[in-house]
Amino acid sequence: MNILTYIESREGKIRVAGLEALSAGRRLVDAAGGKLTALLLGSGIDGLTEIVRGCGADAIYLADHPDLALYSPEAYCETAATAMLKSNAQIFLLSATALGRDLAPLAAAKLDAGLLTDCTEAALENGQLVVKRPVYGGRLIMTLAAASLPVVVSLRPKIFPVVKCEVAEPTIEKLTLNLDGVIRARCVETKAEAGGKLDVTEADVVVSGGRGLRSPDNFHLIEELAAALRGAVGASRPVVDIGWRPHSEQVGQTGKVVSPTLYIAAGISGAIQHLAGMSSSKVIVAINKDPEAPIFKVADYGIVGDALEILPVLTQAVKALER
Amino acid sequence: MNIAVLVKLAPDTEAALKIDADRLKIATVDINYVLNPYDEYAVEEGLRWKEKFGGTTTVFSLGREEAVKALRNALAMGADEAVHIVSPGGLDMLGKAKALAAALQGRGFDVIFAGKQSVDDDCGAVGPMTAYYLSIPHISTVVKLDCDGSRITAWREFEGGAEKFECPLPVLITAQKGLNEPRYASLKGIMFSKKKEIAVVEAAPAQAKIEILKLNYPPVRQAGKIVGQGVEAVPKLLQLLREEAKVL
Ligand SMILES: Cc1cc2nc3c(=O)[nH]c(=O)nc-3n(C[C@H](O)[C@H](O)[C@H](O)COP(=O)(O)OP(=O)(O)OC[C@H]3O[C@@H](n4cnc5c(N)ncnc54)[C@H](O)[C@@H]3O)c2cc1C
Ligand SMILES: Nc1ncnc2c1ncn2[C@@H]1O[C@H](COP(=O)(O)O)[C@@H](O)[C@H]1O
Repeated sequence: MNILTYIESREGKIRVAGLEALSAGRRLVDAAGGKLTALLLGSGIDGLTEIVRGCGADAIYLADHPDLALYSPEAYCETAATAMLKSNAQIFLLSATALGRDLAPLAAAKLDAGLLTDCTEAALENGQLVVKRPVYGGRLIMTLAAASLPVVVSLRPKIFPVVKCEVAEPTIEKLTLNLDGVIRARCVETKAEAGGKLDVTEADVVVSGGRGLRSPDNFHLIEELAAALRGAVGASRPVVDIGWRPHSEQVGQTGKVVSPTLYIAAGISGAIQHLAGMSSSKVIVAINKDPEAPIFKVADYGIVGDALEILPVLTQAVKALER
Repeated sequence: MNIAVLVKLAPDTEAALKIDADRLKIATVDINYVLNPYDEYAVEEGLRWKEKFGGTTTVFSLGREEAVKALRNALAMGADEAVHIVSPGGLDMLGKAKALAAALQGRGFDVIFAGKQSVDDDCGAVGPMTAYYLSIPHISTVVKLDCDGSRITAWREFEGGAEKFECPLPVLITAQKGLNEPRYASLKGIMFSKKKEIAVVEAAPAQAKIEILKLNYPPVRQAGKIVGQGVEAVPKLLQLLREEAKVL
């Protein structure tokens, strides 16, 4: 089974999620035999090959083109299809980031391939690709198989580990591309979030605040704890809806799905739609003044009490630990 | 402006789900079905475009008899026409998108709105795939959208930033929360939706490329321990996070 893995990069930087997908691809190829090709897309991206070396690819394809400088569903899809053909791959693997969730269905349509999105497990069973994916907002887990090949598979970020591995030096090939007239929906501008904030989906630690924080002015307590833990700030939906926090921080069914190593929920009741976004976290800590709050049913550790009092003490204690 | 919106019915996000005896799907008894939350944004956007540019808004839903409920909800919000696509058998994502594209094809839509994702399948696939089969561009998970009558500008978010796209019509847009604030149905709308005739078209059968093997409940997270009350519990919490959970 040959696998093509798209390694996401933005503005000349590889996204960790791309390496997660590459490592997952290596595991599959090791199990079934075959060749693992890493696809890098962008403009002026020669430098990126260095980072991908040692991550398990047998071959690296460089798709370097001015029309690939910014994300374009159409140009990226065209390039992925070219690379699939050239690498003779049966599986197109990518990470279910904002970009991957957009590209995967388009690529599946173009390749006339089955689509398995946002998978949390992927393995080969008797030569057939079998995956697990959360459905119904994580209330159920579905096991699916690719009934035919090729298949496009996207992997939920932060579930699959990045594993360095020893394989022979990958071959590097530049793809010849003709993208004339391909792009109709063109990206004309990108904007980084103020302060270059770490995104909740990419952070190892997420500290989230909910309505129990009482006022937007108290969110500095969340920010300070997140900073001390080098994590990101998350929020429940109501505090986003009333404008206390930006939408990009919302965790849950209608927000982002996060799987950090440590998730701290302060002043969050633990409604089912919030759990949909964070129950795949490795360790969950809840701070809530109501001992009956449903969040305690999923939390590994809980403190019953006033978040406004506990958060600053916790932040101080974490900082003390660092010293 | 000729506007289409793709809508589907999905279980209420609060609903307690039970797996059916076949272990492949959910048992549908006792479940409250609602218009997929993201599709509310899509319908709202379709109605705003109609108000701004004139024209009609037609809603499409593919599914069993219940799909009619999603269509009636959208009609009650203000949509003009509704099309129910019935399929002879189960369809995977590609099959659904092909069936929707076949129903939309040749009707001269300037813009098609869909939701970012359905809250049951959680795929976010049908929108982009449908655009592909219609040979039109798409922009997904849009949080801000403008149109001058022939071109659009749309913002979508990614991890740590946002990107702005420009595109001529026709285009398919999938709606992310934040795009707008969906309206409630008016009494007049509800009356209209009840008597409005819904067109029915039949989808062609398609071979599924994906096979569902089983459906399970997620492993139950063990409720952990309450470390203690108030600020006194902080040192104990840190100790557990370091020594037991090993995350610090
Ligand atoms: C279709 C749909 C989609 C949704 N999507 C999402 C989503 O993506 N994300 C999401 O989060 N929600 C979502 N919701 C909303 C969800 O149902 C809940 O309403 C929401 O998660 C509650 O937010 P909260 O916990 O901050 O507020 P509340 O439920 O009001 O809980 C506040 C908690 O804070 C505690 N508290 C109060 N004061 C203090 C204090 N001083 N110290 C410590 N604790 C305190 C209270 O005991 C309580 O448990 C969705 C709902 C629907 C219908
Ligand atoms: N059966 C369907 N009928 C009409 N529209 C659909 C259907 N399934 C999905 N869609 C549209 O596609 C979006 C994404 O769905 P999904 O790909 O299932 O996550 C939904 O929000 C709807 O707008």
